[in-house]
Amino acid sequence: MTTNGKPKFAMDWAAGCGGCEIAVLNIHEKILDVDANFEVVFWPVAMDAKYKDVEAMPDQSITLCLLNGAIRNSENQQIAELLRRKSKILVAFGSCACEGGFPALSNLTTTAETLDTAFSTVSTDNPQKIRPQPSYAVPEGVLEIPHMYSVVRSLDQVVPVDYYMPGCPPESEQIAAVVELVIKALKGEATLPAAGSVIGAGHSTVCDECTRTRNEKKITGFTRIQDFRQDPILCLLEQGILCNGPATRNGCSARCPIAGVPCVGCYGPTDSARDFGARLMSAVASVIDSTDPQEIERILDGIPDPVGSFYHTNLGGSLLQASKPTWEEDQHAAHHD
Amino acid sequence: MTEKIGVYVCHCGSNIAGIVDVEGVAKWAAERLAHRGVVIARDYKFMCSSLGQELIEKDIKELGLTRVVVAACSPHLHEQTFRTACARAGLNPYLCELVSIREQVSWVHTDKSAATAKAKAVLSGGVERVIRHAPLEPLRVPIHPATLVVGGGIAGIQAALEIADSGTPVYLVEREPSIGGHMAQFDKTFPTLDCSACILTPKMVSVGTHPNITLMTYAEVTNVDGFVGNFEVTIRQKPRYVKVDLCTGCGVCEEKCPKKVIDDVFEAGMGQRKIIYRPFAQAVPKYPVLDRENCTYFLKGTCKACEKFCPTEAIDFEQKAEDITIQVGNIILATGFDLFNVRRIPQYGFGRLPNVFSSLEFERLCNAAGPTNGTIVLRDGKTTPKTVGIIHCVGSRDDNFNAYCSSICCMQSLKFAHLVRERTGAEVYNFYIDMRAPGKGYEEFYHRLLEEGVHFVRGKVAEVSDFARLPGEEGHLIVQVEDTLIGKQRRIPLDMVILSAGLEPRHDAKQVAKVFGISCSADGWYIEKHPKLDPVATMTEGIYIAGVVQGPKDIPASVAQGAAAAARVMGRIQQKEIALEPVRASIDETRCSGCRICNALCPFNAILYHADKAVSEVNPALCQGCGTCVAACPAGAISGTVFSDEQVLSQLDGLLLRNLQPVEA
Amino acid sequence: MTEPFEPVIIGFTCNWCSYRAADLAGTARVKYPPNVRLIRLMCSGRLDPTFVLKALASGADGVMITGCHPGECHYLEQNYKAMRRYQLLKRMLSQMGVEPGRVKLVWASAAEGVRLASEITKMVEEIRALGPLGWATAGAAAALPHKSAALEVPA
Repeated sequence: MTTNGKPKFAMDWAAGCGGCEIAVLNIHEKILDVDANFEVVFWPVAMDAKYKDVEAMPDQSITLCLLNGAIRNSENQQIAELLRRKSKILVAFGSCACEGGFPALSNLTTTAETLDTAFSTVSTDNPQKIRPQPSYAVPEGVLEIPHMYSVVRSLDQVVPVDYYMPGCPPESEQIAAVVELVIKALKGEATLPAAGSVIGAGHSTVCDECTRTRNEKKITGFTRIQDFRQDPILCLLEQGILCNGPATRNGCSARCPIAGVPCVGCYGPTDSARDFGARLMSAVASVIDSTDPQEIERILDGIPDPVGSFYHTNLGGSLLQASKPTWEEDQHAAHHD
Repeated sequence: MTEKIGVYVCHCGSNIAGIVDVEGVAKWAAERLAHRGVVIARDYKFMCSSLGQELIEKDIKELGLTRVVVAACSPHLHEQTFRTACARAGLNPYLCELVSIREQVSWVHTDKSAATAKAKAVLSGGVERVIRHAPLEPLRVPIHPATLVVGGGIAGIQAALEIADSGTPVYLVEREPSIGGHMAQFDKTFPTLDCSACILTPKMVSVGTHPNITLMTYAEVTNVDGFVGNFEVTIRQKPRYVKVDLCTGCGVCEEKCPKKVIDDVFEAGMGQRKIIYRPFAQAVPKYPVLDRENCTYFLKGTCKACEKFCPTEAIDFEQKAEDITIQVGNIILATGFDLFNVRRIPQYGFGRLPNVFSSLEFERLCNAAGPTNGTIVLRDGKTTPKTVGIIHCVGSRDDNFNAYCSSICCMQSLKFAHLVRERTGAEVYNFYIDMRAPGKGYEEFYHRLLEEGVHFVRGKVAEVSDFARLPGEEGHLIVQVEDTLIGKQRRIPLDMVILSAGLEPRHDAKQVAKVFGISCSADGWYIEKHPKLDPVATMTEGIYIAGVVQGPKDIPASVAQGAAAAARVMGRIQQKEIALEPVRASIDETRCSGCRICNALCPFNAILYHADKAVSEVNPALCQGCGTCVAACPAGAISGTVFSDEQVLSQLDGLLLRNLQPVEA
Repeated sequence: MTEPFEPVIIGFTCNWCSYRAADLAGTARVKYPPNVRLIRLMCSGRLDPTFVLKALASGADGVMITGCHPGECHYLEQNYKAMRRYQLLKRMLSQMGVEPGRVKLVWASAAEGVRLASEITKMVEEIRALGPLGWATAGAAAALPHKSAALEVPA
């Protein structure tokens, strides 16, 4: 393997959608800085390389690795462990890696139900209820697919993580800024923040960047954007739309709420939050304008899926994750399925 | 850096040691919590004793302790004791935590090993918590020397006079046109049978003439801002339509006013008053009030007789309500009570049967200045009753209405019985459940009534009707009652029935409480700081309660409470400043996004929003430290002292004994 | 041979009413099972749902939230906020499969020592019947993510 002396860069995806890759590519000409300052050794979306190439690299030889996507199956786990071994700085990149992202909503159900939804829906022609098999013998040999764990996990629930860069995807300007910071740090012109920090984001919440007008909050009902004509200037929450902005770390320029779409919390919880959904739920419940338990129930009926609405992209990193099987139990089940 | 924690486990004689293995708990702490910073763990018979406290002080000085945890009784008893001990030894008092293993463990559990295990967990929680404590200083605020007394009944009058006599200014606000309260409506007071007005009016006059009392009648408090020592109170002075600086109180206007209406306030509907009127002859202040709603001038544009005849041109139909703002340091609420509405018990016939009277109506009947000049007659205004029944506990001690005992109605009923006997010689029946006569001279008064030949029937009256069934009942009111002492039903024909109505909080007590930021119990009486040991203070510093507003009581008790509240206030004024507990919330401006979730959550209006910076801020002097905003802030930008997230969550860890292994490095 | 299941329940009390009720139960020597461990807050309004989730995620089998009766809050109306949060929290917990009896809201005034003790006794038995919460990662997931040591970045 050739090296050209430049620090090595890698990016890979686990249970993700590819949006993070596009966000990185979306830093436009700054991508040339990446190319100029790094040697890209492993980035399936952008260049050809195999896992065995990574396995052959010396440990900690990759200076910066951005790993996006949640950890859902054994392949995700293996690549997370592999890249952790081979990387100096491993960044949990994007909501899925940071907090489990949307895939973590799968933790509300069971693997069996998930497979049923995927493979035996009304629109699926699968009368014999065939399910993916972990291994299958064919004349040429045995085919194996990665084992699907029963729990969707954030990256740091599987391997130690050095930095977190939230967002679904992280905003390209933030990515560009972080790339610049890392390049400067490598040159000794800047210092990276303390390990374990969230980078590419702020210390306040989305409301800080949202331009909508805000008043004292008194919620008398919850609704959704398709159900009425919203006021373009007024805070969405005050209009009964469950925007996650108040509990979400800022850094994204509040693009979504400004455009009239309620925030889904993809920049994750703030520094002092131990559980995203608990923070948001405490805030929203506190300002429901009623002291009558029955009326409060009626108002809460306007949120048919509380976990989904309050956790959206943050269920994996929440305290509710404690209700799921441990890593050991899941691995044990994986090898005995 | 690990703290140096001293742990002290109290035996409390055998109160704790009898169930919890206190030596074992101390030893356990020394071993299993050493890695958390516990450098010494002692057990001692009585930690709150001076020797016990000295143990702590000595360890702080000699071992350089940075934190102290005492496992003993409830913090409500001795938190202050141990905090003060630490302060004496040079350790910030807020670095000391007292956890209860007595009220919460040894006194409530019987299984010794389970209790000991729980005591360890409780102690562990305390240790984890105290590590996250920070040194704090109490907040000092100055005390404004003026005082506001709300309510001009006997309790309010007493309080106002005592404070004014001590030399500091008092504002006395009363919403009726005159002070005096209910006591002014009574005829005689039990058990001495003093004339109520005779003992009350000298105090009323003192209030009216006192140089230190600003009397504001026909006025109500509409808003209270601020906090102890620094209240800003807005008072709405309702228009009397009389210029008080010109009025001499001559009474000509009242004499010449051609219209009368039923007086359902002072006369309890038994008499009438003019439109421009003083509620009673000895009213203080002497200025009349014009009842706008019934005034011919305001209704039709004619009359104006009062203005025509007023010798000093004091009538002013253009007068407007005025909002006056005052600054005071302390507030005493003595707003009194309303009578239970006896109409709510239809089987007693009030309103339907003419000769059924409420207790207040009967007081007016007895009063020499009342509608019948003190003659006890039936509703027809002329017939003297020959038989009178008095029903106790109307609306009190009754699960359907008020479960509590109204305290004064038995004595009041005995007083009525005596007055009826004395003035009419009628046969009197008192229908009672129990005879409550606890005060000085009360039992003796009851005996006097027994000797006067009053009939006492122990039973709750089922109904009062006029439906005659037996001979001798025609034309009478019939009281149907079970005489429980003889075990028989009785029907007793009577000419007059008096319902001794219970006492209830004022109809707007809850709204008024909200204005002042204090709470009512479910019954509606205002809540005292401690039912046994602090009956005149409330949970809100600077706001005191006195009289029946705190719960049913007789006149001596109301006077005592008025004086007690006054003494508390005078103590504060004398100290010139007060130290407030530093349990406060504060907002980190850098983390606050200005989402404004918090602003509406504070009932003390302590959270301001700065629109220019788009952040919110907590005013530490107004903040009462409840922590609701801390829990609600979605950004986690609000933190609270003494009950921070770290402190609570670490206590949780300690309680669940998750701190026993060293934390993974 | 298995030991009988002894539930561990965390109780949150408010300084003015329910904590005093617990004290009163003590003074009156009312007996109740030792399975509840209390945390004192100034007000039920301080009750952050995070505390409840952390308790369950840290090994507690149930959580009892207590405070002043509605209308009697020492801080006037803050217990209503606790009530609203509790109602929403209950819905979220049931979505995650937590039985409704595991997190309970009980109002208790300072005078209701006996009643609080009986509510505690009731809840202990209810949780005993439900069995352990069985949140397998009792602790692991609730801990903050592992932070690695300071990095060296080559120049």
